[in-house]
Amino acid sequence: MFRNAAAISLQLMGPLQRKKAGASVTRCLHQTLTMAKRVQARRLDGIDHDPWVEFVKMASEFDAVNLGQGFPDFPPPDFAVEAFQHALSSDFMLNQYTRAFGYPPLTKILASFFGKLLGQEIDPLKNVLVTVGAYGALFTAFQALVEEGDEVIIIEPFFDCYEPMTLMAGGHPVFVTLKPGPTRDGELDSSSNWQLDPTELASKFTSHTKALILNTPNNPVGKVFSKAELELVASLCQQHDVICIADEVYQWLVYDGYQHVSIASLPGMWERTLTIGSAGKTFSATGWKVGWVLGPDSLMKHLRTVHQNSIYHCPTQGQVAVAQSFEHEQLHFGQPSSYFAQFPQAMQRTRDQMICSLQSVGLKPVVPQGSYFFMTDISDFKSKMPDLPGDVDEPYDRRFIKWMIKTKGLVAIPVSTFYSVPHRKIFDHYVRFCFVKDESTLQAMDEKLQKWKKELRP
Amino acid sequence: MFLAQRRLCSLESRAKFLKTIYSSKILGLPTSAKMSLKITNAKRIEGLDSNVWIEFTKLAADPSVVNLGQGLPDISPPVYVKEELSKIAAIDSLNQYTRGFGHPSLVKALSCLYEKIYQKQINPNKEILVTVGAYGSLFNTIQGLIDEGDEKPVDGKKWSSSDWTLDPQELASKFNSKTKAIILNTPHNPIGKVYTKEELQVIADLCIKYDTLCISDEVYEWLVYTGNKHVKIATFPGMWERTITIGSAGKTFSVTGWKLGWSIGPNHLIKHLQTVQQNTVYTCATPLQEALAQAFWIDIKRMDDPECYFNSLPKELEVKRDRMIHLLESLGLKPIVPDGGYFIIADVSSLDADLSDMKDSNEPYDYKFVKWMTKNKKLSAIPVSAFCNTETKLQFEKFVRFCFIKKDSTLDAAEEIIKGWNRQKS
Repeated sequence: MFRNAAAISLQLMGPLQRKKAGASVTRCLHQTLTMAKRVQARRLDGIDHDPWVEFVKMASEFDAVNLGQGFPDFPPPDFAVEAFQHALSSDFMLNQYTRAFGYPPLTKILASFFGKLLGQEIDPLKNVLVTVGAYGALFTAFQALVEEGDEVIIIEPFFDCYEPMTLMAGGHPVFVTLKPGPTRDGELDSSSNWQLDPTELASKFTSHTKALILNTPNNPVGKVFSKAELELVASLCQQHDVICIADEVYQWLVYDGYQHVSIASLPGMWERTLTIGSAGKTFSATGWKVGWVLGPDSLMKHLRTVHQNSIYHCPTQGQVAVAQSFEHEQLHFGQPSSYFAQFPQAMQRTRDQMICSLQSVGLKPVVPQGSYFFMTDISDFKSKMPDLPGDVDEPYDRRFIKWMIKTKGLVAIPVSTFYSVPHRKIFDHYVRFCFVKDESTLQAMDEKLQKWKKELRP
Repeated sequence: MFLAQRRLCSLESRAKFLKTIYSSKILGLPTSAKMSLKITNAKRIEGLDSNVWIEFTKLAADPSVVNLGQGLPDISPPVYVKEELSKIAAIDSLNQYTRGFGHPSLVKALSCLYEKIYQKQINPNKEILVTVGAYGSLFNTIQGLIDEGDEKPVDGKKWSSSDWTLDPQELASKFNSKTKAIILNTPHNPIGKVYTKEELQVIADLCIKYDTLCISDEVYEWLVYTGNKHVKIATFPGMWERTITIGSAGKTFSVTGWKLGWSIGPNHLIKHLQTVQQNTVYTCATPLQEALAQAFWIDIKRMDDPECYFNSLPKELEVKRDRMIHLLESLGLKPIVPDGGYFIIADVSSLDADLSDMKDSNEPYDYKFVKWMTKNKKLSAIPVSAFCNTETKLQFEKFVRFCFIKKDSTLDAAEEIIKGWNRQKS
């Protein structure tokens, strides 16, 4: 009885201890209740859930090989590391604010590098904005241009932030789905097989459509949109006077001889396109959080307004390092020594290795033309093990992932995460693997797969 | 800057900007004309495009100008901070994403530091958020907690002539049932006021009475001069659960370019700032967060030591402050002596500068004066009316703000200019 009494008194002491001596219990309870009334802004409605948190937690609990989240587990190239080291130890004034819209040497090199690629005269001051990662670029674009009631066309499956960012800006997401065509027996599915139905796409444009967000190379499918496909999107954007937000963070990760095409380079598109890029994905340095937007001044000026009223400046030294890294690449561009050539070649080999390994346990990969990822079809598992543990309405792929983390020690991401809520139950038979990983990670993966294979044998 | 935030939050009170969408079919206009009708900016940014910093930073960028404008130190950060920074470039894992709400070693260091100050436990994962500068914390806080139509008495200050205080009655009159939050900045930019315990109690009492949030911008918390003490309103009874306190690495360690800040508060508020974070930047840069954590650990261990930067920097700046005051007085000005922060404001009308050739006569006096001074005296500063709303602009348009976190050679150059100015006057 003594112990029970002590326990109760300890609980009461908790809140009291946090306050200065003299505050009464009544007052503190009242305050807790008062602050329990709704305090958050309405713009956060429906966007507070983070699908990644659960899996990240599980991955660390079960000592699993992490092939889930998209970041390399090997270092950036030497020249990038050196550029960063130099930025951190040279001029001490680099520890202070730089130009709000972008460190001038960075905007200059981005303008010249991408000007050539897009076939466009790019002004470093008017057509370039540096942001906190491509994520920050996306946010800035949505806030600048999406109004309450505007429709935003999102191609499914989509990088998960596009929907909440649309909602936070008061917009209505309108979804159109990439659908896989039939595959021949014995052949692996390819991301090029996943296509938009032109009639369906056209039907999604209305007088309320403000923007279409295009991600190429695509996460999670790995699709690299062809010129013809982009021309279709472009003609609809022009016909309906719609802005195209082109998320091209994986633009250098393109395989099998496919070519990345920037929609902004097509006739009539520069003036209505915002092209987003990422230093993190370009130089395998996701932790630097440096991204950018390229576009016409008529649109960029609005992004600048958001930028100066949200974070105002981006950190200086990361920008210095990215500028120097691009300067290095500009000297090697087009040659075999270019990182933009060597890196995708190396990743193609990793991709192929991983695809081969995963097939050995019955996973069916969709060979990606680009990006860091490929999906694998888990329909066979769904028919053989339909009742994996999980919440009542939890899509199959989420339950599969939890099972795979716990029992097989491998982490991947359920692809239903990348679909709109109504479609999650339909597209619940794919999981996404990241193959931009070190040799040692692939070996660890192979060990887990060997064990898995053994368990499959009758 | 808080003017921009106020605008962000009072969208309903301004004239509505109507965006008209014309169907291209109805008007039959060619593509380029169609575009100019439909592709317009979102309403939320109306009126926010002009920015005093962008304008004046450009002016001061001329290398021949002595820049006492933007709050940017030209002194070196402390040696050990630079050393930590150069070490981290060699650590590969720091080149990839870290935890979105704050790098683990950094939130741990912040929790350890502030637990000492708040005299309470602070959960590093639930009660701290690392943001892109204190600017980013302000943005996350306002986006997370303020709706259209909510009120924030930010500018309800009434300055009595000699001592810069809040009139308690006027302050109380600004609170009502729609009041969501008050933004408090102590030490204050630009005036340099350090709110006393009694003044904070008045604010705290009103916050509790009207169930209002308090957003406390304390970026200059260490920069407090002799005879003054920085007091945290969140430590007052009844205030922890309704206060977000904002801090800045840039201002703490003289590294504004690192753009790292933090919000500290109860989880039921911080979680909404975290929601904004996961929908805006998701995570801050990893390497600098680690360097900052290491720098904090060094100073946390020696907080009573005069060598601790939290103690040494204000000592160093007090000397510069006094020098700057002296210089401005030698021009015949009466600068307001700041008790904290690294700015000084002064009424410059007694200089009677000839501003007749300054174009754009619609601009306030101080804007014109700063442009004139930058052009003719090669000395820059910031017009104080930029910190005011339309009601108070007139009261402050003769005031100009000087930044004194500058190396000696910069202050020497300022001194030369002022001496020359004096000679011209006599």
